[in-house]
Amino acid sequence: MGAGHAHKLYRHARSPVHELPPHCKLAAVFCFVLVVVATPREAVWAFGLYALLLAAVAGAARVPYGFLLRRLLIEVPFVAFALLMPFVVPGEKVGVLGLSLSEPGLWGAWNILAKGTLGVAASVLLAATTELRALLLGLERLRMPPLLVQIASFMIRYGDVVTDEMRRMRIARESRGFTARGVRHWGVLAKSAGALFIRSYERGERVHLAMVSRGYTGVMPVIDDVTATRAQWTHAAALPLAALAVCLTGWTLT
Amino acid sequence: MHVPDGFINAPVSLATGAVAASAVAVCLRGARRELDERAAPLAGLVAAFIFAVQMLNFPVAAGTSGHLLGGALAAILVGPYTGVLCISVVLLMQGVLFADGGLTALGVNITDMAVVTTVVAYALFRLLAKALPRRRSSVTAAAFVAALVSVPAAAGAFTLIYALGGTTDVPIGKVATAMVGVHVLIGVGEAVITALTVGAVVAVRPDLVYGARGLAKPLEIRRADGTVVPVEVSKAAPRPVRKIAGVGLVLALALAGFVSYYASTSPDGLEKVAHDKGIDTRTEQHAAKDSPLADYQVKDVGDARLSGGLAGVIGVGATLAVGTGVFVVVRRRRNRAESAAPVSETV
Repeated sequence: MGAGHAHKLYRHARSPVHELPPHCKLAAVFCFVLVVVATPREAVWAFGLYALLLAAVAGAARVPYGFLLRRLLIEVPFVAFALLMPFVVPGEKVGVLGLSLSEPGLWGAWNILAKGTLGVAASVLLAATTELRALLLGLERLRMPPLLVQIASFMIRYGDVVTDEMRRMRIARESRGFTARGVRHWGVLAKSAGALFIRSYERGERVHLAMVSRGYTGVMPVIDDVTATRAQWTHAAALPLAALAVCLTGWTLT
Repeated sequence: MHVPDGFINAPVSLATGAVAASAVAVCLRGARRELDERAAPLAGLVAAFIFAVQMLNFPVAAGTSGHLLGGALAAILVGPYTGVLCISVVLLMQGVLFADGGLTALGVNITDMAVVTTVVAYALFRLLAKALPRRRSSVTAAAFVAALVSVPAAAGAFTLIYALGGTTDVPIGKVATAMVGVHVLIGVGEAVITALTVGAVVAVRPDLVYGARGLAKPLEIRRADGTVVPVEVSKAAPRPVRKIAGVGLVLALALAGFVSYYASTSPDGLEKVAHDKGIDTRTEQHAAKDSPLADYQVKDVGDARLSGGLAGVIGVGATLAVGTGVFVVVRRRRNRAESAAPVSETV
């Protein structure tokens, strides 16, 4: 399970952002998103500044803007929800392009769109500049319970294996002429899911036995301990601190 | 229904984060007790399974398809503690890696989709499994009902969180109808798939299904002369009820005393509908309107935060006292009935 397990969202590059320790990045992104969420929605300009901050980080990390924009598509279901809002929220109506929309609804839609997009963009940047393993190490450094980190790392390591198993089952079904067309075929698919569970669970048991035979006692040895210097923390803190300044200005002005 | 950032305001996001963190902490202890050092690899593989099975498309009709959410399935297959952990880890990874669900909304997502779904599904499953005859088909039936209810329950929990800290002004009544309405439909699909999947596993490896553990016949030794001797199995130590009760009490007090301050002061959905439609013009004031706790504020305490918090704490205390009283009375009556009944059979 060594090489070749970088996730699809990671973009390998050498940049100041890539080289920051993962726990600094995680903390910075989390604080940034929290500050964004706490910003009053009436301060429209503040969100523009946040977007500029993120664009600066993307530039420093050499993440292409096209890549970033493509990844933002994950948000589409909530965009649909936000677009619905001006029609369903009661309140004062304003005429926009011949449509009569409610004003609080427009504010609500703006609020969700702006904050949601910024949050997704920040997470995408984090995933694009941090390797999976580093991410898990970072979570552990941030005092997430080690058992939870272990579960997450097993999930990530075997995620591809289990997904591949599911793909092989699909190919086996299809090569026997099966295509799922409707509710009648749910039984077959559910049996596949059941088989997948049994295979996953049994693989878990085998993995555990293999680990025990190699001396596993319930704790994973820490091989590469990542530490962060004060300078690295300061660099990582630049993003949330700048955002905090914007946020506080937003609160005083509105 | 992964909630993005900015949908729920910051204080409520942090509060649900605390709720989610304590729930996960309880589940970590529980999972360690159930699985000891096997917890990490097994729960990890089950999480990978949940992650994969969420990608399995179930075609509905005319090009639309749905997928499993997996809360009820995880609870029934691997137990409530491990189930909550698996779903939480899946949500965490989806949030951090795939930007699916906001980072600040992680608490909301875990509370709603991992904790509420799994706990509701498992509680219901256990109840039904007790009530129904001990057969394989009843496991499937119980799984169906548990999954059916768990999805709208999660939608209800989301509506509650939204009522506390939603950033938009969609009236709660509308949100509740839309969320629960849509999720009843999703729940039907979830129920069918969960029941079929649980049925498929029970048919092959019933020993792997946590919820079907009661089905196993007790171990017995058959001698050569045909006599059957049941094997005595030592029972597990009783659960530390007191500790669980303590944690629950502290959580309830914290919620009532502190978090309640952030609750919306606007009338709830029903009151709002009543007000809008003018239903409440004829309703009389509540009989307890002059009570010192009316409208969740303590009389003669000026500070709104202190007053609301105090009212919450007193409310929790009163509820606890009444509940304990009822429980004690019932228990005593049952004990008396048992001791009064003549012992007819000798073992």
